[in-house]
Amino acid sequence: MNIYDIIFYLFAVITVISSIFVVIVRNIVHSAFYLLFTFFGVAGIYILLGADFVAIVQLIVYVGGILILMIFGVMLTNKITNVQIKSGAWQIVPAVIGVGALGSFLYYTFINTNWKTGNIEITLSTTHNLGVLLMNQYVVVFELLGILLLIALIGAATIARK
Amino acid sequence: MIHVGLNHFLFISTVLFSLGIFGIVTRKNAVMVLMGIELILNAANINFIAFSKFGNLGYPGQLMALFVIVLAAAEAAVALAIVLNIYKQFSTVNVDEIDTLKD
Repeated sequence: MNIYDIIFYLFAVITVISSIFVVIVRNIVHSAFYLLFTFFGVAGIYILLGADFVAIVQLIVYVGGILILMIFGVMLTNKITNVQIKSGAWQIVPAVIGVGALGSFLYYTFINTNWKTGNIEITLSTTHNLGVLLMNQYVVVFELLGILLLIALIGAATIARK
Repeated sequence: MIHVGLNHFLFISTVLFSLGIFGIVTRKNAVMVLMGIELILNAANINFIAFSKFGNLGYPGQLMALFVIVLAAAEAAVALAIVLNIYKQFSTVNVDEIDTLKD
């Protein structure tokens, strides 16, 4: 058991435990903060898989953007002075049974599939290669994503200020 | 303790996916449903990057993860705008009370 495995298990435990708390904690603001730890753990897992640029983008976009947006949503749609911030839950027992069955089926399929594995060497810094790929082979997707973000921005602003 | 391989990462993504489905199914608040969707997208991203390292994918796998992150940002912005509008209209964001279309 080397240092890589120890760090992996650390991040795995952080991710799994905080994501369990995200779905079972009653207070929405608390579950937003547990979601923060989940995103950090997932970013650590990306780094362990050799994807440093994706990990940084995950931190900037998810933690800096989406999570703040979610907390804004919670603040704007609940009266903070009331105790309305608690979120109800229903159908717990059927959900546990169904989700447990689904998850174990998925994992059973994963471990019994003969995945085609190979050893591609991923260099230590992926930013240069990703940039070259994004500007040559995937440039159409890149431009389309830009247009999509513009449409989403205009649409969100139009819907929100109606 | 065996060496960390592909199955470990797939296990984490399975757990995240299942918990995301659980959150979507059981919570009433619309913002909590959005958080469940984010968990599911993260599970998909872990799969993409795990196969980009252990499979024969290489860099395109990481690019797919980047595209998913961009789509998640756009989706969160539009969905929160819709949630704000629903709150203005109905004074609640509980998804079980918004059933005007049923009547």
